[in-house]
Amino acid sequence: MSYNSTTAIQASLKKRYARERRFQWYGRLAVLTGFVFLFILLADIVSKGTPAFTQHFIRIAVNFDADKLEVSANPTEEELYAANFNGVIKQSLREMFPDVSGRKDKRALYKLISIGAEYDLRDSVLENPGLIGTKQEVWLRAHSEAGSYLKGQVDTQLDEADRRVKDNQIQWLDSLRAEGRTESRFNVIFFTAGDSREPELAGIKAALLGSAYTLLVTFFLAFPVGVLAAIYLEEFAPRNRLTDLIEININNLAAVPSIVFGLLGLAVFINFFELPRSAPLVGGMVLSLMTLPTIIITSRAAIQAVPPSIRQAALGVGASPLQTVFHHVIPVAMPGILTGSIIGMAQALGESAPLLMIGMVAFIMDVPGGVTDPSTVLPVQIFLWADSPERGFTEKTSAAIMVLMTFLIFMNALAIYLRRRFEMK
Amino acid sequence: MNTMTATMDGATDNQRESDTAEKAPLDIRDHGDVGDYETIGEPFVDNAKMSARTVNVHYGDKQAIKDVSLDIGENEVIAMIGPSGCGKSTFLRTLNRMNDIIPGCRVEGEITLDNEDIYAGNQDTVLLRARVGMVFQKPNPFPKSIYENVAYGPRIHGLAHTKAEMDGIVEKSLQRAGLFEEVKDQLDKPGTGLSGGQQQRLCIARAIAVSPEVILMDEPCSALDPIATARIEELIDELREKYTIAIVTHSMQQAARVSQRTAYFHLGKLIEVGETKEIFTNPRHQLTENYITGRFG
Ligand SMILES: Nc1ncnc2c1ncn2[C@@H]1O[C@H](COP(=O)(O)OP(=O)(O)OP(=O)(O)O)[C@@H](O)[C@H]1O
Ligand SMILES: [Mg+2]
Repeated sequence: MSYNSTTAIQASLKKRYARERRFQWYGRLAVLTGFVFLFILLADIVSKGTPAFTQHFIRIAVNFDADKLEVSANPTEEELYAANFNGVIKQSLREMFPDVSGRKDKRALYKLISIGAEYDLRDSVLENPGLIGTKQEVWLRAHSEAGSYLKGQVDTQLDEADRRVKDNQIQWLDSLRAEGRTESRFNVIFFTAGDSREPELAGIKAALLGSAYTLLVTFFLAFPVGVLAAIYLEEFAPRNRLTDLIEININNLAAVPSIVFGLLGLAVFINFFELPRSAPLVGGMVLSLMTLPTIIITSRAAIQAVPPSIRQAALGVGASPLQTVFHHVIPVAMPGILTGSIIGMAQALGESAPLLMIGMVAFIMDVPGGVTDPSTVLPVQIFLWADSPERGFTEKTSAAIMVLMTFLIFMNALAIYLRRRFEMK
Repeated sequence: MNTMTATMDGATDNQRESDTAEKAPLDIRDHGDVGDYETIGEPFVDNAKMSARTVNVHYGDKQAIKDVSLDIGENEVIAMIGPSGCGKSTFLRTLNRMNDIIPGCRVEGEITLDNEDIYAGNQDTVLLRARVGMVFQKPNPFPKSIYENVAYGPRIHGLAHTKAEMDGIVEKSLQRAGLFEEVKDQLDKPGTGLSGGQQQRLCIARAIAVSPEVILMDEPCSALDPIATARIEELIDELREKYTIAIVTHSMQQAARVSQRTAYFHLGKLIEVGETKEIFTNPRHQLTENYITGRFG
């Protein structure tokens, strides 16, 4: 027996090991493929999105002349709000480039500066009224087209008609740059403002807060309800036809396309209960309907995976069923429950279709102050910007995706932290 | 000797010794029935702490315990022996209603603790399990610290009012289970990090920490080395003064050492029960004899 079977085993061993090696290579290949695509995707997004985090400013000598501003020498706040800062900026530009004549050229010249600059100017005068009557060198926000030229994104070889930055503007910008009158700064407004028609004034904050509010509502509705439902179904509910039916329905609900939940939200929450349209409250309610099945299913699986011996041990020393569940089963199942909830929340964060149905697609300039204020969410904002033709919005789209992914990473990190804490106990 | 099966008919002690093959037609692996059967020996005692009357247990369609009647006397240690799968654990679990949590498990018959029916509608299982503690066949410490494992029971029952009292209970329980010296410096370490034998002693400490009146032990020493086993047997001897103990064991020596009475189970039936000495020196049923003499695994 020994000699023959040993040689036979040896012969088969080689084959078995070869099979294992092959399998391992397939696995490595699969992982590698995944990584390559992920890398390409990330590299593309990051390279397109990074420029959005900087913004160019142009230094201009501004004459804060009371007459030109159409205010008195000691203006009140009201006067300043009505003051003609726009005219002052235009005049200053004309003074810097006295050669420019003709309405068309002048218009091109004015377009170097963002239309938001007059508000920046007004704010600085409001802060410091002593500026009136003086002449100051002021940094003004560049228009997004001018900015994109200064960032080097404009292909000057292109035919003039095919690009938005014209030859004369290029000439002016070059001379401004030569005089040290241009500067690239961190794009603060991207993180402090809501959406805008002007790319250089558009920010992500409204959408970011909208997403945060929506997810908060989703979490506070879906997590307790989902976990409680899972605990009840798993630990207390009798096994009968009714609970079987409920289980089947929950599983089916998880497979329902998300837009259906949006329609439901529109019909029930908005049309019937007359809750505010476009609000994170309703968005969160709709998304919690969508996430509930995920949370219930994963939580049930986590609770099921708790060894029955732990329950027996607890019941054996005289713990009540409720004590058994809350003292022993839930702590052990918690990491799994959290993982499932985070998956559900991540799905909710990336969801846009159901939110379009309840009007969270509106153009939102104001940062929402609460869950009932009209707002939009990150994926919808990304969609809106991706749809805009201006070059400035293209980079903002990628930048918004980066913000969305950072949000996601932050959420995951929180989940990992919580999981660690539960596992330690 | 009053109730004998067909196999035992006409058998005398001498004949049995000389001529066993002829009188042992029952194969232990033959899942055919032992037939209608009445237990040999005296299943009833005067000072019963717990008593079971015609208990039947079914798992779905499968009957695991058939018509078992047995008393467990106050302050006695009763050993339950029998081949694997004969229903020892099942019977033990009926005594503190741990079978309730097994889906599909049905218990019939009457079981009393201090003459009160523990399956009566008004019986509280939480209280019952606090009075009838259990050490399981497989060690199952909570995935919490060693201290917490022992302190949990006393805490939920409100047995300690101060931290010092609780520390005392924990230390004493661990000491009695023979574990304290090994773990006194790592009480905050997880109980699941201990060795199998240490875990089992931790479970014993956990069970005695709530001072139950009856302790059910399902093969408590199967994972222990001889030294720890000796410690547990000592503990059982000690506990007997105050508590009532039912112990399932596969070790004949252990049954002989620790118990006053022994019950032999076979295929869900209680074949024979009596004074431990009697059972081991002078078994009256062929199956009992076969089992304790090691003729069947
Ligand atoms: N949860 C269960 N579901 C279905 N059948 C079970 C269950 N537990 C035990 N049984 C059956 O009941 C019978 C008795 O099992 P039990 O565990 O009581 O045996 P045992 O005497 O303790 O055996 P061992 O010495 O191996 O522990 C066995 O035939 C087993 O298959
Ligand atoms: Mg058993």
